[in-house]
Amino acid sequence: MLDDFFVRALLAGVGVACATGPLGSFVVWRRMAYFGDAVAHAAILGVALAIASNLPIALGTLITALAMGLVVSALTERGHAMDSVLGVLAHGALALGLVAISFVPGVRVDLSAFLFGDILAVGKSDLLVIWGGAALICALLAWRWSALITVTLNVDLAHASGINPKREALVLTLALAVVVALAIKVVGALLIAALLIIPAVTARSFSRTPEVMAIGAVGIGALASILGLHASLQFDTPAGPSIVVAGGVLFVLSLMWRR
Amino acid sequence: MSLIAAQDLSVGYGGDAVLRNVNFAIDTNEIVTIVGPNGSGKSTLIRALLGGLIPSKGQVKRTPGLRIGYVPQKLAIDATMPMSVGRFLSLPKRQSAQRQADVLERVGVPHVAKQQLSALSGGQFQRVLLARALLSDPQLLVLDEPTQGLDQPGVAGFYRLIEEVRDDIGCGVLMVSHDLHVVMATSDRVICLNGHICCEGTPTVVSAAPEYRALFGMGTRGAFALYQHAHDHNHDEGCTHDHSHDHAHHAQKETTDA
Repeated sequence: MLDDFFVRALLAGVGVACATGPLGSFVVWRRMAYFGDAVAHAAILGVALAIASNLPIALGTLITALAMGLVVSALTERGHAMDSVLGVLAHGALALGLVAISFVPGVRVDLSAFLFGDILAVGKSDLLVIWGGAALICALLAWRWSALITVTLNVDLAHASGINPKREALVLTLALAVVVALAIKVVGALLIAALLIIPAVTARSFSRTPEVMAIGAVGIGALASILGLHASLQFDTPAGPSIVVAGGVLFVLSLMWRR
Repeated sequence: MSLIAAQDLSVGYGGDAVLRNVNFAIDTNEIVTIVGPNGSGKSTLIRALLGGLIPSKGQVKRTPGLRIGYVPQKLAIDATMPMSVGRFLSLPKRQSAQRQADVLERVGVPHVAKQQLSALSGGQFQRVLLARALLSDPQLLVLDEPTQGLDQPGVAGFYRLIEEVRDDIGCGVLMVSHDLHVVMATSDRVICLNGHICCEGTPTVVSAAPEYRALFGMGTRGAFALYQHAHDHNHDEGCTHDHSHDHAHHAQKETTDA
């Protein structure tokens, strides 16, 4: 079964959706959309570094994504305005990554695979990384769930209950870096944020508690992957963007549902 | 030993000290009200006591394992986050449906568990915030301007509820009041704050203190409106002036007929 590239692609899409559902919900609640973008863009720099130093791509993207998350957190904590910091760092990292890749000698690198994903080329080892990483993220979020929700709701409320908001923010940054490393193969660095946000906001319209929204986002994300991949096969369109478009269609339908 | 104590506490945001040399302690079963004008450091003091701000000088000492029930000044629920009342009560610790129902009954909003927080009225919302704070079996209840946005009968009802809770569970109550002239009569101490502690004492002592008058203007003629049990009807019928301002104004001199 795993020998069929299309089945592998479906499994990869659903696996990533399991991680982006709950994490994407936090991205939406905490208004971290551009934070997610910056972390994802930094991954291109990670690709260049990984190729140059013969490291696995996933490791390179994980490290640069994590570094970006920590730098942004540190700068905003010192009182820099969040959006301008992100504007500088997100695009700076993307541009630096593109420049750095051009310096990598020898092999010509297919940039579009990293910018827009290459889900149809997912191998068995990629699947292992994706499902392992998704399990790690879900376990991490489940462990910190109550504290994370409390911090997201109100920082002072968290302090009064003995919860350290900085530590919980670090958990989210870490999870975000892992998601970027997983999802870059599926939708590429430019569209990872879409995979985080679209399923979560779509699930919002029928949710009454944070938990329902997070699990609903997993379902919506998985559905978008399946629909997008089939559409891509049917109409011969690029797979990653097709998944995002399918998610967008589901979002529009959810708006009508709400009325 | 007191539940929580600040010793020579100073807090500053990048240079400017918001609080200077504050000494403060609260005991079990005690009700302490903090009043002060805008920017006097009331919320800063609360934050420092909760551990959300690192003092630049001095320290905060708590009873080990102190359980604090906190009612925040405002809780802006982001529209993107769905949150039912029942779910909210289970933060951060899971609470049984029975306990949730009991505490909602206790604070006087028995039938809201299934509603979204965003659908509640101001008064219901404050009571739900209090309910959540009570579920942690607090030794100390901290309320930051809990009556903001409530009308006068609403304020009186809320204060009465706080008193009942204190009598029931014997916790300390630390409250910030946004209205300088309306303080719970049952406050054991009123602390008048303006960057430092200007004066403190029983409500009647503070209202007569020259520091209090200097800070809030002679115009008040030292009038506190004291809410008491048999005193929850509206005295200010036809009163048009705005009680919500933090600056000095003429408070109607109310007689406590209780």
